[in-house]
Amino acid sequence: MSLITTASQTVGPYVKIGFLPLAVDAIAPKDAAGERVTVHGRVVDGDGKLVTDSVIEIWQADAEGRYAHPEGAKGQPAAFRGFGRILTDGKGEFRFSTIKPGRVPGPDGALQAPHLVVTVFMRGLLKHLLTRVYFPGESANSDDPVLNLVPADRRGTLIATVAAGSKSTLEWNVIVQGKNETVFFDF
Amino acid sequence: MSNIAGYRRPYYDTQPPYLYPGYKSTVKRSPRAPLVHLPHTLSEVTGPMFGSDDVAPGDADLTAQHDAAPLGERIVVSGRILDENSKPVAHALVELWQANASGRYAHDVDDHDAPLDPNFTGAGRALTDANGFYSFRTIKPGAYPWRNHYNAWRPAHLHFSLFGLGLVQRLVTQMYFPGDPLLAYDPMYNSVPDARARERLVSIFDWERTIPDIALAFRFDIVLRGRDETPMETSRS
Repeated sequence: MSLITTASQTVGPYVKIGFLPLAVDAIAPKDAAGERVTVHGRVVDGDGKLVTDSVIEIWQADAEGRYAHPEGAKGQPAAFRGFGRILTDGKGEFRFSTIKPGRVPGPDGALQAPHLVVTVFMRGLLKHLLTRVYFPGESANSDDPVLNLVPADRRGTLIATVAAGSKSTLEWNVIVQGKNETVFFDF
Repeated sequence: MSNIAGYRRPYYDTQPPYLYPGYKSTVKRSPRAPLVHLPHTLSEVTGPMFGSDDVAPGDADLTAQHDAAPLGERIVVSGRILDENSKPVAHALVELWQANASGRYAHDVDDHDAPLDPNFTGAGRALTDANGFYSFRTIKPGAYPWRNHYNAWRPAHLHFSLFGLGLVQRLVTQMYFPGDPLLAYDPMYNSVPDARARERLVSIFDWERTIPDIALAFRFDIVLRGRDETPMETSRS
């Protein structure tokens, strides 16, 4: 008989008090190797309203595909921690800068396409949501074992788009419910 | 398809659903499309690691962050972070936030007509020790009204945020106090279908850790998901 995992409860409307002290929107240090990107977007609820009290957390590998974790370091420490925590602002928008991660191992020896893992918290979510951001124009996306679990007509919600004017600025939105709803995972 | 050992999924009914209309905000903030079952890969069994650089001495004492002591009943809140296999989660980051003794948060959107306390911010951090043990000193938060339904009151609670070893162990929860009559009427507490799982959110009066003449104590043990010993077979997912 094992113990039972403690039940999740919402972060509520005052999450900023608890999460702001360790907020991070510059995930990779300036000297980290790799292709630098800025990702911005909005969090939108089922009424199409912008969510001003949500938090997204990012987990990612460095440019060499190393996670800063005992199981993910491939014998060499990762270049940076790989953790981001961004609170949406008064317009329901978020923005963070990082480097595009390298490919990490997937099932059966295959490699996954570069991706960020995203956790979403907000008032009204009794438990957090888990999703991913993939990169536009990345040839490995078509073979990615996780992306291929997603119905083809919804895969686009997990792939960032190039924002007008700058190749290094990507847009990716979290649509919690309704038209173009983001794919969330049962994890 | 996964051939890395993953973490076990929650037991039936021990976690709240995304849509729980009794808590009104879930209606427009829960996904409607089916979730996609995700086998755990390296990206999910790893997760951010924190350490002593992230927690300053004194961060675990919410009563000593200002010039004077906050108002309210001083309490010690402590416990162990374990996984489902009863293994302590060592050096894990525990974040806590809460209302003050009057039931008011030091937050610009809280307009409850109760006094702010200039000596209380209501946020703290701690790392578990090698045995998974953590401890905070704080004040007992007050109950407060919210707009979910007519005459709705939240029972007194502390918000807890936990990072384990793997991203899928991430947990945010709330700790309640024993004997609180508001629990029976609270949609958030009652969103957990399984009665035993729900009752685990209620702390236990902890006589052994009371500090004579200074503080009462409550114990809150937290369990994070347990890891499978062997990888799952393709056909089972």
